Amino acid sequence: MAQSNNSIKKILTVAFALCIVCSVVVSTAAVALRPMQQLNQELDRKANVLRVANLYESGMDIEAAFGEITPRVVNLETGEYSDSHDADTFDGFAVRRDPAQSRSLSGEPDPAGLSRVEQYATVYLVGDSEDPEQIILPIRGQGLWGLMRGFLAVEGDGNTIVGITYFEHSETPGLGAEVNNPRWQSQWEGKRIFDSEGALNPAIRVARGSGSGDHEVDGLSGATLTANGVTNMLQFWLSPEGFGEYLAGFRSSVDPEDAQDADVELEAEGA
Amino acid sequence: MADASTKGVLTTPLFKNNPIALQVLGICSALAVTTSMSVSLVMTLAVIFVCAFSNLFVSLIRHHIPSSIRIIVQMTIIASLVIVVDQVLRAFAYEMSQQLSVFVGLIITNCIIMGRAEGFAMQNGPKMSFIDGIGNGIGYGFILMAVGFFRELFGSGSVFGVTILQPVQDGGWYVPNGLMLLPPSAFFIIGLIIWVIRSFYPEQIEENEFQMKHNTEPKEAV
Repeated sequence: MAQSNNSIKKILTVAFALCIVCSVVVSTAAVALRPMQQLNQELDRKANVLRVANLYESGMDIEAAFGEITPRVVNLETGEYSDSHDADTFDGFAVRRDPAQSRSLSGEPDPAGLSRVEQYATVYLVGDSEDPEQIILPIRGQGLWGLMRGFLAVEGDGNTIVGITYFEHSETPGLGAEVNNPRWQSQWEGKRIFDSEGALNPAIRVARGSGSGDHEVDGLSGATLTANGVTNMLQFWLSPEGFGEYLAGFRSSVDPEDAQDADVELEAEGA
Repeated sequence: MADASTKGVLTTPLFKNNPIALQVLGICSALAVTTSMSVSLVMTLAVIFVCAFSNLFVSLIRHHIPSSIRIIVQMTIIASLVIVVDQVLRAFAYEMSQQLSVFVGLIITNCIIMGRAEGFAMQNGPKMSFIDGIGNGIGYGFILMAVGFFRELFGSGSVFGVTILQPVQDGGWYVPNGLMLLPPSAFFIIGLIIWVIRSFYPEQIEENEFQMKHNTEPKEAV
């Protein structure tokens, strides 16, 4: 028996049959469970939006809480809202490589390592969509091992950070993956993106070692490259290349004297 | 160690022949996933499932596995089961699968499962192998849960997420021990558990492989 088991024919037969059976089992599981997994991912994305806005409590009804949040599609070039896409279903990330809806960054500064960036992006507004309490921006960029995707929540003044969270990354557990450590995330609250009123390029960064002042947060020890990735993607997405134009509309509209002209000014800034 | 009865196969791995405490296998995941009891529990269930079914399938086809590729065959079966577990967790326990992250996938490399497939399932019938898989999974899980209990209790002041010792951050009196949340603490706890088990089962104590030399006596330099 042992002899015949080791004949080449037998080896190949066993190996082949095993591969077929195992691959059928694995692919059946993957295909059959995919709809539920996608539902979970969608819920997780919404939960992350709520979490970055400090509205999340465990066990809450995510769909209901998400009702207070208005998704809007922003044209990144002009900084204005666009109605050409349905904000509930539009996913800027999905069309980031579509030539018609994205632009190449080759030859341009590309600190976040994106190579192509979409023209429209979905932002989430908390509270009154005309005068939001918080604006939640999708951000992404290269970390150490791969693309990191997350959200940044900014107060209605377009300058003060509420929070940051990553919902997809492949950083080293225990080192780079500490970007999702609540203790590290909590330092972002109250930091300011821009250092002066008119500045277009963000000053916010992750320091090496401990951060000081309004524009720096502590680095992640043992994860300098991940921290650099975080800095770079914020530098990109908050600059005029990303949401800079859009945020500029909010920054000028918080001036108390011009509060009543907010909408007018928003348009003027955005143009 | 071969105890032929069903009960014996199921219970020996708990204390008498515990995969972590005696064979010292599967330490890596025991360090990584024991920060809270709920994560430990899910990991335990996953390992019991994979271990039991990999043993069953390996045992079912053990007369047809060519010895030259037997490790690869076992590996393929284990890997397929682990992928299925991972997919199921992602569909039904998404947050848990996020917390377990790579460690579900790393069940593949857990020496306990491989060791049982090679050491037990290749020589025994399907039923016994299945029970042996469950027994070893429970033995692994027992240590995991014990370590998880101490780490969560002293590291976060809670058990299964229910606060027992009110931590200082939430206005209580208990200062959480940060070391307990870090992997090295699991080493200490596993070490203590091994100590306890071996004082009940002295036959598990291994003989010293090396004799420690006495310190050289310092002599006065005259």
